[in-house]
Amino acid sequence: MNYSMKIKPDTVRVGLKPTPFIDRLRPLNKFESLAYWQGYWSPADFGNPEREYFAIRNTTSVFDLSPMTKYRIKGPQAEAFLQRLMTRNIAKLKPGRVAYTVWCNDEGKVIDDGTLFRLGPQEFRLCCQEHQLFWLLTSAAGFDVSIHDETDEVCGLSLQGPTSYSVLRALGLAAVETLKPFELRDFSFGPGSIMVSRTGFTGDLGYELWCAPGQALPLWDALQSAGRDFGGVEPIGSTALDMARIEAGFIGAHLDFMPADQAVRAGRAASPFELNLEWLVDFNKGHFTGRAALLAEQKAGSKRCLVAVDIEGNKPANHALIYHRKKTEVGHISSGIWSPTAKRNIGLAMLQMPYGKSITSDLWAEIYVMRELKWEKRMAKCTIVKAPFFEPARRRATPPGAY
Amino acid sequence: MNQLSGVEVAAPSVQSSLREDRVYDAIIIGAGHNGLVTAAYLARAGLDVAVLEKNPHIGGAAVSLSLYEGWTYSNCSYVCSLFRPEIMRDLELYKHGLQIIPYEGGMTMMANGERFHTYYDHNVFRQEIARFSKKDADAYDAYSTAVMKMCRWIKPMLLRTPPDPTSFKPRDIAELLYLGKHFASLGERDMGELVRFFTLSIADFLDEYFETDVVKAHFAGSGIIGTALGPYSPGTAYVLLHHYMGDIDGSVGAWGFARGGMGSVSKALAGAFKSHGGKILCDSEVAQITTQGGACTGVLLTNGNVLRAKKVISNLDVKRTFTKIVKPDVLPENFLRQVNNFKIRGSSGKLNIALGGMPIFDNVPSEHPSLRGDLHFTDSMARMERGYDDWKEGRWSADPYVDMLVPTQIDPTMAPPGKHYMSVFVQYAPPTLSDGRSWDGPARDEFAQTVLNQIASQSPNFRDLVLHYEVRSPWDIERETGLTEGNIFQGELTMDQLIFNRPIPGYAQFRAPVRNLYMCGSSTHPGGGVMGAPGANAAREILRDLSIRNFDPRQEAEI
Repeated sequence: MNYSMKIKPDTVRVGLKPTPFIDRLRPLNKFESLAYWQGYWSPADFGNPEREYFAIRNTTSVFDLSPMTKYRIKGPQAEAFLQRLMTRNIAKLKPGRVAYTVWCNDEGKVIDDGTLFRLGPQEFRLCCQEHQLFWLLTSAAGFDVSIHDETDEVCGLSLQGPTSYSVLRALGLAAVETLKPFELRDFSFGPGSIMVSRTGFTGDLGYELWCAPGQALPLWDALQSAGRDFGGVEPIGSTALDMARIEAGFIGAHLDFMPADQAVRAGRAASPFELNLEWLVDFNKGHFTGRAALLAEQKAGSKRCLVAVDIEGNKPANHALIYHRKKTEVGHISSGIWSPTAKRNIGLAMLQMPYGKSITSDLWAEIYVMRELKWEKRMAKCTIVKAPFFEPARRRATPPGAY
Repeated sequence: MNQLSGVEVAAPSVQSSLREDRVYDAIIIGAGHNGLVTAAYLARAGLDVAVLEKNPHIGGAAVSLSLYEGWTYSNCSYVCSLFRPEIMRDLELYKHGLQIIPYEGGMTMMANGERFHTYYDHNVFRQEIARFSKKDADAYDAYSTAVMKMCRWIKPMLLRTPPDPTSFKPRDIAELLYLGKHFASLGERDMGELVRFFTLSIADFLDEYFETDVVKAHFAGSGIIGTALGPYSPGTAYVLLHHYMGDIDGSVGAWGFARGGMGSVSKALAGAFKSHGGKILCDSEVAQITTQGGACTGVLLTNGNVLRAKKVISNLDVKRTFTKIVKPDVLPENFLRQVNNFKIRGSSGKLNIALGGMPIFDNVPSEHPSLRGDLHFTDSMARMERGYDDWKEGRWSADPYVDMLVPTQIDPTMAPPGKHYMSVFVQYAPPTLSDGRSWDGPARDEFAQTVLNQIASQSPNFRDLVLHYEVRSPWDIERETGLTEGNIFQGELTMDQLIFNRPIPGYAQFRAPVRNLYMCGSSTHPGGGVMGAPGANAAREILRDLSIRNFDPRQEAEI
């Protein structure tokens, strides 16, 4: 017997969701190596993460940012709302500027971090890793503000590396040399315009380009031609990007901190103080979510601290436990790699106080290495250092150099 | 005049034109990379150190010069793999601008128009070999395993001081014991293999694995680069290992470019050295190492200046040091005889070419990944050996083996946008020509034309793209860098001149037979290549003599 089934045309497709750049990226992803980023088609690498890493530090890399969660926040009380939500003083953020910030729950624990773009006096865009609409709308009660998820309406490319300015100049963006770090500006492109911000997740010279999905492929193609004479614009995946962000000392959700609204177990979420982000907390700006708890923590002292460590040897220490005097367990490496630029074995480590603050010596990472089916244990000495591990002058130079 | 872009070098100071009262803790002769490594370690340990350089620029054979407006060449050495990561880390060279960017793949362009590519991805590369021979594709795994075993064995030795096998000093006995244990750790079968490996020719070694001529010829290149031996000469298997034992960020055998050219290595070392208070004097050629009562006291410069030092360290090759700037009467006769017999034969030349665009090669799609790697034309072992035959006859190879790279596809700093720099290493070329002609004449350009013709034979637009080229015969290399005969390794890498035999049996511990005189160049263990290990080893021995604690060679990064 035949049954005819009714299917609504807008049923969600099961599988990865394409981004507007997929038609260009998929043919280049010859090894079909993907990372899972909020359900989107997002490359882990294009066959050689080291080569991609060096595009970030030597020429220009391009990373498809489209899966980044984006919210448009606007209205007469947009600033007041964000002032209430964020730990930073948003009143100081001028239109045309971008700020890195975190936001907390009432317990003063970080829900997520992200970049806040001030597009106008009453208009903002919030870019972040995790989905926030529920929290944003809940927090917006009583404010005259509209919040809209525009993730699929705005696509983005992150253009990072020492020749990225040369590439944008070749692309024909007028006066792009005057764009300062954390500044954003609209530039005419084709029949419309694109927004360019001098931001990124690599700690290098770099820009993020934002446009409507219809402009995605023309922008991709124009960047490829513009970059041809500058060593190319190399597509990269998340593996290479992750290496660069660790060198830059940047933290990641679910890597270096557990988003507070997703933490099931008590004590797993972290405060901005514990993440070494006290510079993002402004107690003088008036009330904000988590303020009372953070004031109390400031008074009583934090339980943990995130530090940057230089680890002996050349075996990446990711997830290694850290011991004091090789005996007492005091924390773990939350992100660790061999840094191809600093030629050091580096990591970010979450330590139980007072380790990392008043006790900083005799710390050891317990690294397990699987070598030809045999586990070998290394106790590698950790030295607390200052992040970033690599900070080229070109990152802040305005106008930037040609390479 | 040559200028080293972006490097500040101190001119000889007014004071130094007089007889100075100042006594340096150490003077290093030659601002090549090993001299600078030694200097930086000594300065870091708190010593008052000066480096003397005869040229107006530093770097020796790790140098980037601008000879044509807008272009920077890696004039001598041109790729990097061997430079010890421990040194980069110890001296924080990244802070002084050093960045090593790996390249991947390569290609041999065969005379019949066929191409043999190498690829980064293991399975892709296997498929490429299988186009020629399925057996060879599988043999490649066995070959890689064998080479990796040798690499793992040799690597921990690089930053250790070789023992003197005839000495009864506790340190020598302990080190000999270590060497024995290390050898035994290979197991019976591989102990035999290692001994065989050190004496095999690269051709014999490759014959044990591969049947395809082009596959063998492609791999054999690493066995002859820089050495005055042919692919069928015993000892060339080790030369291959010497080119494989480096790594970039843990990727063993990988090679890369120093961003800005190989001069960036020297520039970063000089930066580290100066950050510890070191002083570099350019245009300061040493005429003689001065001695008193059998001990070294300083140096006399060719300009008549005298500099005094408690220790003098020569970064010149062992032959040049002891036959040119040390008076023979202070040296043991036996030592001097062995110095004269030290094998340091020039066999390599170099072309540096400024190109108006990226050349097209027949049967290679433009922007093929192989073009970013090392390119070759020698497609058979016989062609390679015939190239060596020419050298033996005192001619440059009529059909040379070249190691050709276009680094500007990766490094954006060495040529204007859209233009390219091509580095062509040429094997073989003799230091003196048997027909009696000087290299300083038409011969130099005839040599260049031989190479340019070979490239043009596979590239329809190459000739039209050439804007400028620099030719370096072995003689030119010797004249500028001081390397005797232009030998790039400061002495052949054969077993009779390796480990405790390098440079000379009984003198492998960086100390010369003159008190307070040391050697730190590639003539010493573990030999040539831009490795820095001889310089670091020498520094450790000098500091040991001064009872200053220094780095622990057991920190050697494992693979």
